[in-house]
Amino acid sequence: MASATKLRILGQRSLQALPALVGIIIVTFVLTRALPGDPAVYFAGPAADARSIAEIRKQLGLDRTLIEQFGIYLRQLAQGDLGQSISTGQPVIKELVNRLPASIELTLVALLLSALVAIPLGILAATRPDTWVDHLCRFVTTAGVSLPTFFTGILLVYVFYYLLGWAPAPMGRLNVMYLSPPHVTGFFTIDALLAGDLETLRATLAQLILPATTLGLFTLAPLARMTRGSMLQVLGSDFVRTARAAGLSGRKVLFTYAFRNALLPVITTLGMVFSFTLGANVLVEKVFAWPGIGSYAIEALVVSDYAAVQGFVLAMAILFVALNLVIDVAYTLVDPRVGIEG
Amino acid sequence: MRRRSFISGTGAVVVGAEMLPFLKSSAAWAQATDTIVVAIGNTINSLDLHRVGTNRPAYQVTINCYDRLVTFGAKSQPDGTLVYDYNKIEGELAESWETAADGLSITFKLKKDAKFWDGTPVTAEDVKWSFDRAVAVGGFAATQMKAGGLEKPEQFEALDPLTFRVKLLRKSKLSLPDIAVPVPFILNSKVGKANVSEKDPWATEYFHRTAAGSGAYKVERWDPGQQIVYVRNDDWKGGKLPAIRRVIVREIPAQATRRALIERGDIQMAFEISAKDAKELKEKGSAVVVGAPIDNCMHVLCPNFNFEPFKDKRVRQAIAFALPYEQILNQAAYGRGAAMWGGKSTEPADISWPQPFPYKTDIDKAKDLLGQTPFKAGFEVPLSFDLGTAEWGEPTALLIQEGLAKIGIKATIDKIPGANWRTVALVEKKLPLHLDNFGGWLNTPCYYFYWAYIKGALFNSVNYEDAEMAKLVEETLHIASDDPAYAPKIKRMIAKAFDEVPRIPLWQPYLDSAIRKDVAGYSSWYHRQPDFRVLQLKKA
Repeated sequence: MASATKLRILGQRSLQALPALVGIIIVTFVLTRALPGDPAVYFAGPAADARSIAEIRKQLGLDRTLIEQFGIYLRQLAQGDLGQSISTGQPVIKELVNRLPASIELTLVALLLSALVAIPLGILAATRPDTWVDHLCRFVTTAGVSLPTFFTGILLVYVFYYLLGWAPAPMGRLNVMYLSPPHVTGFFTIDALLAGDLETLRATLAQLILPATTLGLFTLAPLARMTRGSMLQVLGSDFVRTARAAGLSGRKVLFTYAFRNALLPVITTLGMVFSFTLGANVLVEKVFAWPGIGSYAIEALVVSDYAAVQGFVLAMAILFVALNLVIDVAYTLVDPRVGIEG
Repeated sequence: MRRRSFISGTGAVVVGAEMLPFLKSSAAWAQATDTIVVAIGNTINSLDLHRVGTNRPAYQVTINCYDRLVTFGAKSQPDGTLVYDYNKIEGELAESWETAADGLSITFKLKKDAKFWDGTPVTAEDVKWSFDRAVAVGGFAATQMKAGGLEKPEQFEALDPLTFRVKLLRKSKLSLPDIAVPVPFILNSKVGKANVSEKDPWATEYFHRTAAGSGAYKVERWDPGQQIVYVRNDDWKGGKLPAIRRVIVREIPAQATRRALIERGDIQMAFEISAKDAKELKEKGSAVVVGAPIDNCMHVLCPNFNFEPFKDKRVRQAIAFALPYEQILNQAAYGRGAAMWGGKSTEPADISWPQPFPYKTDIDKAKDLLGQTPFKAGFEVPLSFDLGTAEWGEPTALLIQEGLAKIGIKATIDKIPGANWRTVALVEKKLPLHLDNFGGWLNTPCYYFYWAYIKGALFNSVNYEDAEMAKLVEETLHIASDDPAYAPKIKRMIAKAFDEVPRIPLWQPYLDSAIRKDVAGYSSWYHRQPDFRVLQLKKA
């Protein structure tokens, strides 16, 4: 049966991810230890002497051999304990649970905005090559990808907050006078909806608009270009010509035949852009004081906070694997061939 | 859960808190006459200063939420800004104190009515436990205590519930000021003892997340990485009750964002702004810039004695004459700093510290000095700075590079990531030429020299070694500043620093913050943290 085949594919895909995860655990452990800088010296503070540095090295467990440290790390990992981040003083797992939703929420909203603009734009550009729509598409995508995100971010803050006063103060996920909605999913929009608190929902969305637009502008380019390119290719292929020759309406050819096929590479791109953006939106997080995962990772890296860096990489790896699964599922839904041929 | 406890925790201002979600903008919220919103650029990573890994921004919790036995008073600068007064020690939890005639012990009488937030009285037992903790937890806390001669728990005695005695290892002028720094803060020992474990005898895990003291502000809410909210302790006995009821401190990493917020008036204070913003905000008048030079702190260029040419005094002096000081101060610090060059004489006129060194930009003299050495053909040297301080480090390094090029020294810029800086610069002390910005908490010249001019001292990153200097520091570190032997010895130390220039001062930096026009009472502190207890909001 087709559905059983699909399930088998999913199972295989999940199993294939396991060696990758094991590899990632080993590589991040080794790489963090290879970072320059000595965390014991760093955390011993501004006026430390050799004795206090040694004390701290012992407290951090850094006086043990690498093999021993790795053993301890694996044992903790097996218990679901990612260790304690020394720079923030919080358990890494707790930080990830708090910060990951903030980043995912921002990235998803950004991608949604971006896809809503990019896909229609790409289709229009593909159906009318070398017209003004096509040029517009080219201009918007080039501009979006060539402006660094922190610059767009600061520019948007300057215009919409500082000059016009339309946007709320860029102070994170919620303005000072709002309280975060009761924690259910960690997504403020969803949590606010669940609590039926429309006022907080509105405030959350207001805080999201500028950072999401900033990120969205950046992700516009790959999506629009990919849509245009794959649309052009599909529109030039035999089956579209056949469909046209058979006298099907332009709309039917475009949306039922061409678009569905052209969507496949767009979904792949979407997945890649998502995982890339999630880790790479550090600068946007900084500009908008967004308590996300990117700024956490960077700060941890700067102070050689081993547990936090390992936790971050592991979380991203798991997320990436999960995302690939989701994309595979999406493929099977969109592309009839996957079920039959797989 | 958090939401409910937040609201119920606000006590007297429940009405205000319930209204919160309906206010349309934070400006409206900020109009409440007893709340201020403050933006900081770093993150507060703990509520407990004694814990290993607690960062400098977290010290503000200790300052605002805990009391010490004593604290420093304040004085007005000529321009009207307030700064702490190192020479005026005032009681915080101590009502009075007395130094024994032999100077080997100090006895403190505690204020009778001082209470912790949970209503229990502050006793000498709590003080003893807190002092024991500060010397026992190790790391930074222990080192700072040691600077004041406070090293072992046996030195601390609770004589009766209201009397506490510190026995000193030696008579030292640094002991009492060291009790006034943020480190020996008084914790609620009953709460502490209830939360100890075998692995954690000082309840560091507990106090890391929960503050329990007697200070002017309680921690109402702490969202690590985002914000900390303080609410006033109306029963505070440590000083004059603060005018501000609630302080919301938000972590806003981007400097540009902080500046936009203060200019728009959505926050009342942007703490620790860049020299560039200070200059521009001042000119623009869109916010009030408050700040003062940081006591006992200089930005310096350090030539390492490990590097062959720098062993020669004339090479170091040549460098000191080759630096474009004026340009550095104007371009790297936007003029926000006190000049540390252009001193009149090679002999110091007084014992003030820091004071301008007798060097100025004089390329001919620099060439002449270098010409007398075997290195007259010039040489190549890496010039390092900490990427964490790139804001002033980078322009400074570039200008120094230019200046040195004029006398034939080719400096190559070497940027070192923050995590690595302490290891290579201060611990291994192996950077041939680098920038440093050490500042001593206790404001005496001997204290600065103790940290920066003695072999092996942490901030002596140039490996300077001089028997006379070591002897002078040892002789002056603990004796009283009005001792007749003190001034001549300090002058000799400064004269040696002038002549031998193992550290070449550039300027004394400012600590600047921006506040809205309706905020008053801001005071600058040597610990470089905001003290919210003294702030007021002027009614419009």
